[in-house]
Amino acid sequence: MNVAPMTKKDVIPISRNDAASPMQQPAPNVAQRPAARKWTASLYGGMDALTQWAIPPLLGLIVFLLGWSLLAEYSPQLPGPVKTWHSAVELFSDPFYDNGPNDQGIGWNILHSLERVGMGFGLAALIGIPLGFMIGRFSFLNKMTAPIISLLRPVSPLAWLPIGLLVFKEAQPAAIWVIFISSIWPMVINTAVGVTKVPVDYLNVARVLNLSEFRIFSKILFPAVLPYMMTGVRLSVGVAWLVIVAAEMLTGGVGIGFWVWDEWNNLNVEHIIIAIFVVGIIGLLLEQALLMLARRFEY
Amino acid sequence: MHKKFIQLENVERVFVTRQGTYTAITDINLAIQQGEFVSIIGHSGCGKSTLLNLVAGLTPASGGIMLCNGREITGPGPDRGVVFQNHSLLPWLTCFGNVYLAVERVFGRTEKKSRLRERTEQVLDLVGLKEAQHKYPHEISGGMKQRVGTARALSMQPKVLLLDEPFGALDALTRALLQDELMRIVAASGCTVMMVTHDVDEAVLLSDRVVMMTNGPAATIGQVLQIALPRPRNRLALAEDARYASLRSEVLKFLYQRHAKHAA
Ligand SMILES: Nc1ncnc2c1ncn2[C@@H]1O[C@H](COP(=O)(O)OP(=O)(O)OP(=O)(O)O)[C@@H](O)[C@H]1O
Ligand SMILES: [Mg+2]
Repeated sequence: MNVAPMTKKDVIPISRNDAASPMQQPAPNVAQRPAARKWTASLYGGMDALTQWAIPPLLGLIVFLLGWSLLAEYSPQLPGPVKTWHSAVELFSDPFYDNGPNDQGIGWNILHSLERVGMGFGLAALIGIPLGFMIGRFSFLNKMTAPIISLLRPVSPLAWLPIGLLVFKEAQPAAIWVIFISSIWPMVINTAVGVTKVPVDYLNVARVLNLSEFRIFSKILFPAVLPYMMTGVRLSVGVAWLVIVAAEMLTGGVGIGFWVWDEWNNLNVEHIIIAIFVVGIIGLLLEQALLMLARRFEY
Repeated sequence: MHKKFIQLENVERVFVTRQGTYTAITDINLAIQQGEFVSIIGHSGCGKSTLLNLVAGLTPASGGIMLCNGREITGPGPDRGVVFQNHSLLPWLTCFGNVYLAVERVFGRTEKKSRLRERTEQVLDLVGLKEAQHKYPHEISGGMKQRVGTARALSMQPKVLLLDEPFGALDALTRALLQDELMRIVAASGCTVMMVTHDVDEAVLLSDRVVMMTNGPAATIGQVLQIALPRPRNRLALAEDARYASLRSEVLKFLYQRHAKHAA
């Protein structure tokens, strides 16, 4: 709101100064403009941005911390924000220590979880995206797979774990399997929907130009579907990160999920709370990174 | 010059909809000679695009015979270039890229890359877009987009140019400019043109014949008007030409008297 009057003030003297040669006037005027005024303008703009963007979230955070403190006050088992903070500082002062498989730094735990998510999600993308393209392109395949997809998609991710353990006989691939099977659906479905939403005009162009199936894919389908695909990828990564904690709790090994379970057994509640924040923050960062990536593919 | 290039006999197009069948156009009989410029005019929704899409091969006919250069039309082909009603440029390709896609398809097997690029630049130059060739569709004006669409169709060196209201979305000044340009290009290339329009002046100015369609459902050709004005045509000179005025009023009478469309 403060910006508009400031620019007005800057503009009016220019047009008033010399009506005869308005074309030549602005350049020297800009040069002579006092630096202090420019500085105030940017300060005003900064203040404006502050009230607009920083104050409300900050207020929310304060309310949240107050509520948490209050809760901690009345339930002695639950550590308050201050106690948790001190514990976090200590924990993150040495994130990469290694005292054997059951006692590793938080950094290692996070990295191992990310690795599992990356593998499970990567495999899901490798299979899910091409599958989505084919389902969207060939209606026969769509009708063929529709009942299976709608049957399997709503199944809780962890219900797949026993199957994984049975087939792979090992915890690590079973966890990756759970991530794979639960994160594949958003990519399949969004990609397929994207293909069916490609404007008929573009496909008519392809037909009039008599493009080969490869050219249709690379020049029309793929770019047209990319935004939908990116939405699918974002949802998939979200699901994968959501599921990893639960999967690791059950399968064990180094990872943020098993770490939570371990700390629960040690009754180290501060660490559990820290883990919740860590999971939340990493999920947020992944989401933002993918949003930024997706924005590059908009036309 | 007097060869029948496009031949339509008893052509019909029926749409199957949820409410039952809908006969859009029926009993269409039309022969277009090589190098001829034919306009299709009629009220909105009468089936002009439907007819053009049939000739383009984008939709199959429900009945009748359609021939292009003696062969039956069964699908789209590089002998028929189409300029779409809404330009239909691919937004992720530059103007150059959009045209190159067509050039590559038609000449890519027989010619080198450098020659393909040369062709693309030539045709963009022809429509006056050499400077803007590396811009994306969202960075250029509506008139420029329509020019790229025309360039794309021309680049395939089609024998037939099919235009669906190519200048429908443009302002009057740009429209006049592009009409003159189209006349020049068509005269130079000698291709056969079938153009859908709802602009009476455009139809009379550009065409050798104006095909007037009755209203739907089951629309058909109501009257065909020969435009025997000499070429090259000049819009300013024609504006005061008595023959032009009488041809123009002939089309107007068809559209607004005999086959007037009443507001529903
Ligand atoms: N795919 C379709 N399914 C059902 N009906 C259709 C379909 N396409 C067109 N029609 C109908 O056929 C008729 C003719 O449509 P068409 O698009 O050819 O009209 P038009 O003359 O090109 O109109 P305009 O000048 O507005 O572009 C319309 O009544 C339309 O509702
Ligand atoms: Mg139309």
